[in-house]
Amino acid sequence: MDQLRPYRSFVSYIDRSREYYAAQGYDKPYTWPHYDYIPFTPLRKPLSECRVGLVTTTGLPKPVDPMQAIMYRREIYAQPAIPPPTSLYTDDLFWDKKATHTKDVDSFLPVNRLAEYAQKGYIGSASPRFYGVPTDYSQPRTIERYGPQILKWCREDGLDAVILLAL
Amino acid sequence: MSLVARHLEENGLATVIMGCARDIVEECGVARFVFTDFPLGNPSGKPWDAGMQYATVGIALDLLERAWMPRTTIQTPYQWHNDEWREAFMKVDATNREALAREGEKRREIQAKVKKS
Repeated sequence: MDQLRPYRSFVSYIDRSREYYAAQGYDKPYTWPHYDYIPFTPLRKPLSECRVGLVTTTGLPKPVDPMQAIMYRREIYAQPAIPPPTSLYTDDLFWDKKATHTKDVDSFLPVNRLAEYAQKGYIGSASPRFYGVPTDYSQPRTIERYGPQILKWCREDGLDAVILLAL
Repeated sequence: MSLVARHLEENGLATVIMGCARDIVEECGVARFVFTDFPLGNPSGKPWDAGMQYATVGIALDLLERAWMPRTTIQTPYQWHNDEWREAFMKVDATNREALAREGEKRREIQAKVKKS
């Protein structure tokens, strides 16, 4: 054993964010989804025959033009994976801006790394597009609108499997 | 993100989530999860470390193929170069409690004004 610890090592973001917003005077805590039933689909083919796609919670780059930047709203999107994106918008998201940065897209949306697995034949192919879902306070909007739209795009692109990356 | 993954699984697509917020994903419950114990922001490996990113994606791909039941979590073997972020992120203590209360108050005032207009 490396160490003895009187606490669990990984951070509980449910506890941490509840205490933080309570300290800001928000007395009604956010309620996180919890399910007992978990849907499960086994991979139907060997990986080497599968087309794999990526989903991110980050947004498309904010327009440089100040007027357009004011109008910028997070939306669900599908974008070509080639050429790979060199930056994505993360300023409005919940992540540790002091400890790290998001200047390397592959650290949160590994388009280039996935393409390398496709080139080597480890997977059949990478999706020609990647997909973006805004993190939304509204769970019904995520379930009723974003889920079905992402599914539709995945089917259009013939995907067998999807990697979803939460920033 | 977990809710979208669940929707895809329900409709016949195999999924794996990569993330750093273990409790949020596991509380929701998903088919497959690759957890990296890093500060939030780099779920597929450290910035500019292509080797770590490649290996992390490989773990996710292998989990897609090998998981035989839902709620399968794999933790990657990587550690952040320090542990300071664990305590520092969204910290609430005597040093910032008043400032946080003021921030919240200010935000509610702005929100109330926006609602009125």
